[in-house]
Amino acid sequence: MIDDVAENLFRILIFPGLFFTLALGLFASWLVRKVSALVQYRVGPPLLQPAWDIVKLMGKEVLIPSEAQKTVFICAPLVGMAGVLLLSTMLWRIAIRPSDVFVGDLIVAVYLMVLPSLALILGGSSSASPHAAVGSSREMKLVLGYELPLVLALIVVIIKSGGVLNLAAISQSAPIASVSGFLAFVAALLCVQAKLGFAPFDIAESETELAGGVIIEYSGVLLAIWKIMQAMMLVALPLFLVMTFLGGFGATAGTWIWGIVKYVILVVLVILIKNTNPRVRIDQAMRFFWVYCTVLMALAILLASVGHRYGLAWL
Amino acid sequence: MSWKIKALKKSIWVFHINTGACNNCDIEIVNLLTPKFDVERFGIKLVGSPRHADALLVTGVGTRQAARRLQEVYRQTPKPCAVFCMGACACGMGIFEGGYHVAGPVDNIIKEVDPNAIIAYVPGCPPKPQAMISGVVKALAAIDESTP
Repeated sequence: MIDDVAENLFRILIFPGLFFTLALGLFASWLVRKVSALVQYRVGPPLLQPAWDIVKLMGKEVLIPSEAQKTVFICAPLVGMAGVLLLSTMLWRIAIRPSDVFVGDLIVAVYLMVLPSLALILGGSSSASPHAAVGSSREMKLVLGYELPLVLALIVVIIKSGGVLNLAAISQSAPIASVSGFLAFVAALLCVQAKLGFAPFDIAESETELAGGVIIEYSGVLLAIWKIMQAMMLVALPLFLVMTFLGGFGATAGTWIWGIVKYVILVVLVILIKNTNPRVRIDQAMRFFWVYCTVLMALAILLASVGHRYGLAWL
Repeated sequence: MSWKIKALKKSIWVFHINTGACNNCDIEIVNLLTPKFDVERFGIKLVGSPRHADALLVTGVGTRQAARRLQEVYRQTPKPCAVFCMGACACGMGIFEGGYHVAGPVDNIIKEVDPNAIIAYVPGCPPKPQAMISGVVKALAAIDESTP
């Protein structure tokens, strides 16, 4: 009993939970800044820079706007971080011990991925700032926009793996090696781009017009928690794509190294998209997701169904 | 040196505020972020909101219209924070001294709100990017000496 509790605490707090995810997330956010700098012919920040940023924010004063809804304002970053942390812990757990899972974890993962966006909307709208209100409304529209193609892309994955809702079983195969799977992967990658809040979909946070948007009023520890949440999303979301589309991590040391390489390639791909695209307007983003991505995904589902019906694995 | 100051020195997020400058200093500040100088090497980053900032880069003489806003922005910045007066106008009013529209040099305006504010001066019209980096380094060294 005591051992069980201790083991679960270890999983949540050390590995693969809080400590491990945080360390990996800070490394990934350093990678974002370093690769962006290299793209722009700069040198970029040192390796420990994201960690120093977090430590510095911990030591700063916390200002709460007098008209803000204080409880929601303080709780929102915690809720968002808890959601991403749970998602990351769950995904790593499934990657390490595929036998130790429950049916329907794919659906839980989809729900947990919405949580950070919801927290951002809550935090933004509770902070009594017009900039944050505009940011929240944009984030809300963006969530409405990308959830549909993302779920459709996951349906392609489910069809490809024979109708299971189990991440461990899904990660045995790599749907990207088929036509419909590749289309679904492209759409899902762009949805992840929007979930991470990276250009061209950094509409909710746009530094140049909304000055930080949803997180404009946050300072000190609360801002640090937002930054930690964003860093952890850089761990959880590419990992989710690796497990659903790219065939997961496997069981041997060799496949694990290949899995980590896949994760790094995915992160770098996201960073390169971020650095080579200008920010779109919210209506352009909505049209992109609802018209182009959704139609493409409908086509992909059709292809996948036909492939499944007639036993054509390449479709 | 406490961990707060140590971390602050490793990661300075700056908010750029123009209190009536001719845009010359502003261009030189943006120059700091370009590949040639790249202050992100030292963890210096431009942010969009004073709530996220550790340092205010103030350019311009401090006009009457801007003075109240500057004080408000200073109040909105979480402490500990530093103020950098960039350029001759911000340091000592420059050629606008005695003008009808001038509320005072930036340090006087800030000190009305907080007499103990940390203020650094980088003179020049406009100061060179090298001078700005040197000013930041000297200000950090001063923080080092003033804290046991």
